[in-house]
Amino acid sequence: MGFPILDVLILLPLGAALGMAALPRRTADATARRLAVGAALLELAFAIWMTVAFKAGPAHAGFQFTSRQSWIGPLGISWYVGVDGISVFLVAVTALLFPVAMASPRVERSARSYLGWMLLLEAACMTTFLSLDAFLFFVAFEVTLVPGYFLIVGGEGPRRGYAASKFFLYTFAGSAFLFVGILATNLLVAAHHVPGTNGSFDIISLARGATHLPLADQELLLAAFGTAFAVKMPLVPFHTWMPDAYTQAPTGGSMVLAGILFKLGAYGILRWGIFLFPRAAVDLAPVALTLAVIGIIWGSVVAAVQKDLKRLVAYGTVAGVGFIVVGLFGFTVQGITGGIVEMVNHGLSTGALFLVVGMVWERRRTFEFSELGGLQVNAPILGWVFIVVILSDIGLPGLNGFVGEFLVLLGTFITHRWWAVVATSGVVLAAVYLLWAYQRVFHGPARAINAGVRDMTWAERAAVAPLLAGIVFIGVYPQPLLSRIQPAVDHLVAHIEQADPNFHIPASGVGHANYAVPADQVVPVVSFSGTGGGGK
Amino acid sequence: MVNAAYAIVALPLLGFAINLVWGRKLGEPVAGWVGTIAAAGSFVATLIVWVTELGKPATGRVNDLNIFSWFPVAGLHANFGILIDPLSMTMALFVTGVSTLIHLYSIGYMHRDPGFDRFFIYLNLFLFSMVVLVLGDNFLFSFLGWEGVGFCSYGLVGFWFQREVAAVAAKKAFVTNRVGDMGFLLAMFLMFAHFGSVNYSQVLGTLVHGHATGLLAGATGAISGTTATAITMLLFLGAVGKSAQLPLFIWLPDAMEGPTPISALIHAATMVTAGVYLMSRAAPLLHYAHATSWLIAIVGTASAFVAATVACAQDDIKKALAYSTISQLGYMFMAVGAGDYADGLFHMLTHAFFKALLFLGAGAVIHAMADNQDMKWMGALRPYLPITGATFAVGWLAISGIPPFAGFWSKDAVLSSVWQMNKGLWAVGVLTAGLTAYYMSRQFALVFMGRARWQDGRPAHAAVTAGQVGAHPAGHGGHEAGGPGLPAPSHSAVPHPADPSWTMYLPLIVLAVAAVLGGGINFPAWHLDFLSRFLKPLFPTATVISVSTGTKWALSILTTAIALTGLALGLSTWRTAEHPALEPSFLRRAWRIDEAVAAMVSGPLRMGANMLAFVMDSRVVDGVVNGTAGFMGLSGRALRRVQNGYVRSYALGIGTGLVIILAYLTFRIGG
Repeated sequence: MGFPILDVLILLPLGAALGMAALPRRTADATARRLAVGAALLELAFAIWMTVAFKAGPAHAGFQFTSRQSWIGPLGISWYVGVDGISVFLVAVTALLFPVAMASPRVERSARSYLGWMLLLEAACMTTFLSLDAFLFFVAFEVTLVPGYFLIVGGEGPRRGYAASKFFLYTFAGSAFLFVGILATNLLVAAHHVPGTNGSFDIISLARGATHLPLADQELLLAAFGTAFAVKMPLVPFHTWMPDAYTQAPTGGSMVLAGILFKLGAYGILRWGIFLFPRAAVDLAPVALTLAVIGIIWGSVVAAVQKDLKRLVAYGTVAGVGFIVVGLFGFTVQGITGGIVEMVNHGLSTGALFLVVGMVWERRRTFEFSELGGLQVNAPILGWVFIVVILSDIGLPGLNGFVGEFLVLLGTFITHRWWAVVATSGVVLAAVYLLWAYQRVFHGPARAINAGVRDMTWAERAAVAPLLAGIVFIGVYPQPLLSRIQPAVDHLVAHIEQADPNFHIPASGVGHANYAVPADQVVPVVSFSGTGGGGK
Repeated sequence: MVNAAYAIVALPLLGFAINLVWGRKLGEPVAGWVGTIAAAGSFVATLIVWVTELGKPATGRVNDLNIFSWFPVAGLHANFGILIDPLSMTMALFVTGVSTLIHLYSIGYMHRDPGFDRFFIYLNLFLFSMVVLVLGDNFLFSFLGWEGVGFCSYGLVGFWFQREVAAVAAKKAFVTNRVGDMGFLLAMFLMFAHFGSVNYSQVLGTLVHGHATGLLAGATGAISGTTATAITMLLFLGAVGKSAQLPLFIWLPDAMEGPTPISALIHAATMVTAGVYLMSRAAPLLHYAHATSWLIAIVGTASAFVAATVACAQDDIKKALAYSTISQLGYMFMAVGAGDYADGLFHMLTHAFFKALLFLGAGAVIHAMADNQDMKWMGALRPYLPITGATFAVGWLAISGIPPFAGFWSKDAVLSSVWQMNKGLWAVGVLTAGLTAYYMSRQFALVFMGRARWQDGRPAHAAVTAGQVGAHPAGHGGHEAGGPGLPAPSHSAVPHPADPSWTMYLPLIVLAVAAVLGGGINFPAWHLDFLSRFLKPLFPTATVISVSTGTKWALSILTTAIALTGLALGLSTWRTAEHPALEPSFLRRAWRIDEAVAAMVSGPLRMGANMLAFVMDSRVVDGVVNGTAGFMGLSGRALRRVQNGYVRSYALGIGTGLVIILAYLTFRIGG
């Protein structure tokens, strides 16, 4: 075992957060910020190193860089972390977004506590993405609530207290289902004594055992997991905590809440829902897809009539989540790969969008469309950046959003045609609400105070530049991502086909459509044990 | 040769990049020359590739150049790849050629506009996207160009974004196009589900390898008629949006808010013809989808006729031309529907020449008229603008279908194919040809003949245009602010009309020559039908036109007679008369289709959205949540605590409590 890079990725921001708390009270805000951003940049460097060292190709479908320490031994709980194609870029985008969110926007209140909570949140998010132990996952998943709460409360909105409490209580209530689900899975699997399981919370052991449970049990368990993740994502109709939370949080808080935190739910449903209970997932897919498709239309339509820019963007993320879920529950390699790419995309695009929206706020101190307009006249570069970011969300080919969206819709079209057809209408709706928002903020004559805004400063440009670079790079040359993501997805799809004999990806068509995993690559479930130490 | 093919795509992108980074510093006119040289270079590169291709045997003119793989996932292989074949070469030649002329023209037209560099950034990006659209070797890469031109159109229609109407028109154009794009996307999904590919070579069979037979031979079996019909109908939805056919045409007249060179390039000559290109490209699929062919022919005919009637009643010089474009695009679709793809493309080429010419001429007129676009206010401009007047006259005769101008030959070819398909559609087409001659003569008479009404100073009936603004729900403006993004043009001064500078009139002359001689590229006798023979290997499924020479002559003479009648009627009515009551408001308001759509959007749809947002979302769904919380006694107490300042302890308490409880529970159950 080489350098424990994943442990470092978790412990570095955690240590930095504790350091923030330990800083003397009279430390200048600027100093605190320099230290925190420095730690986040160091974290980013490690994440880049990990991403580069991550091995691509069909032989590397399993978890890499795994690290395992016994934690609560008798209960089968361990510190078990690893990264595969599904999580590697989520880790990378998390490490990218946090320093940007910490460095750029002005903070109204105590910078020290804000930065501390941010770093703690980063550590929790990293743990959630990297954890291969159900219990560790659950703890990390819950811990994100606390810094999330304090970030919202530390915002500037007049209703921040209400918003933060609602966020906390709502997602906490959802997590109760997750907790029950994890415990029940562990106990039921242990009771079944399936060969190859060891009664632990280890994901491989759980997955191997869970597929042997009675189908009804699997469906119930998946429903429990799904409820928690649906609240977190959020999926309509569990979304009403979200607009308040996103709008009341300060810019940096909204960036990471929308860019990273809600991906935990989408990631969770893939890693801990579909992977553990593939048969149940196939059976319940119509429910998930229906909710997701309703979410796409609901989110877009409600966004379109908002009178407040930040609320509009917040509702837009509901539609974005819908696309991710549509892809994941298509169960094709294209669909799931697209769903994962969409998660990464949303980290970049939604993060960048909230960042730019925050810049509008800093200039105008309002999000009301009726107060805005004509900003393009004096802030042309801000306008250009804004349009590129929303075009990425709209799904303009050549930018990142299209790659994910196209794969999602294409992949799901193969297995669940009509849901994909309805979801495709989202591409029209996204253009409606986002371009209308752009028009109301940047176009038209610049009246009164709007005429006096200044353009982006060099610091602001530097903050948004890495996000824009990512948006264009993934849009033009997504191959490096796809070649790392796909092996893990191939495995997952094979696992689903193996678990559910009734599920086939139709290989119809007159041409040879190689969108399914070729038969010779289907790996029996048992072989997942062999992938545990891929990084060694 | 290969290098030249890459240069076609690379040069506009390079020009875009240079102006994006240094455009502001280069300023006027250098930024414009950078863009123009990039476009000209792209045209030269296309010529080189074309000449090289001509040196090969007719069936071997196919090259597929892969640049790199875009997003390969499992069986999906879509590349950034260039396809050089007769169809893509034909498109690329006229796109880069016309584009170069309009770049040159714009240097003069955009003179002293503060957004000069921004204009050329968009223009080069547009050219890049358009070239990608026509040269892409698969549907997905072409879709990149397809969306790219859509975005550039958005940016350029809204170029003078400070004017609310321009901003609204830009958004409307993009969104309406997106409705069509949804069809394009779905067509690709269906294609992939069926063929396992979106590449032209696989989807359209071995066609691109030059074999005239064995269509779809890459496939192990034949495609079913249903699937072919579904795919082509979805593609046609995309084409209807992009090419502004019924019922999605509503964006194009509004798009005239953009600077006039844009109307000439994007909204007349190139982008709007992309739909015709797409359907021609999909010709092998159309062979299996008769229902789609009929639909295309019917929609094309209806659009041609409806738009022509509307064009008869427009006062705005650019709006009249915009409706005329919709009408002419209808002719192209009639040809595609009739299976006569080569003549559809022939009409696309001649139309590109004469319509670009007419728009650029209109731009010169608008400049000369101090940015007024109301034709009822113009008149007698011929002696003041000799070059513009003469070239405009060429365009007028060409579009009217008067021999020997280019439009005559292509329209005639299209109509004889339609005659073979269906006599009813043909009759409407001929009637439309008469209307075309009428409205174009009306335009020419109003602008260049009669009395110089503009010398009266600002006329009383200048309000006519303003009145239209009220009549149109979307609030169309009748004026174009040519100046530095002025909110409204000023009419204080009586204009002093004169011909424009050489960068502007040179393109006029070149296009006028093309509009006179353009028929020569596909002359229907003595083996001079170069275009048809060049394209023939690509359209083995094209309908064989078996109309006898005698019939053709008869049809030609009849059509020409009707065109001449329209011409005479238009001239005699409008040369002297000022306001004959020949413009029913039903026509002026475009059959009220736009108004109906607008009423739908701002009425029931808006209300429904508001219901969803402010009743369903915030009262019902959120109400249940808050109600539940209140019922459990959580909400009230918790919120009061929060507001009383117990925030920190409360959440921290939950956080630490959580961990302890979890650990305890796990221990109990697990032990």
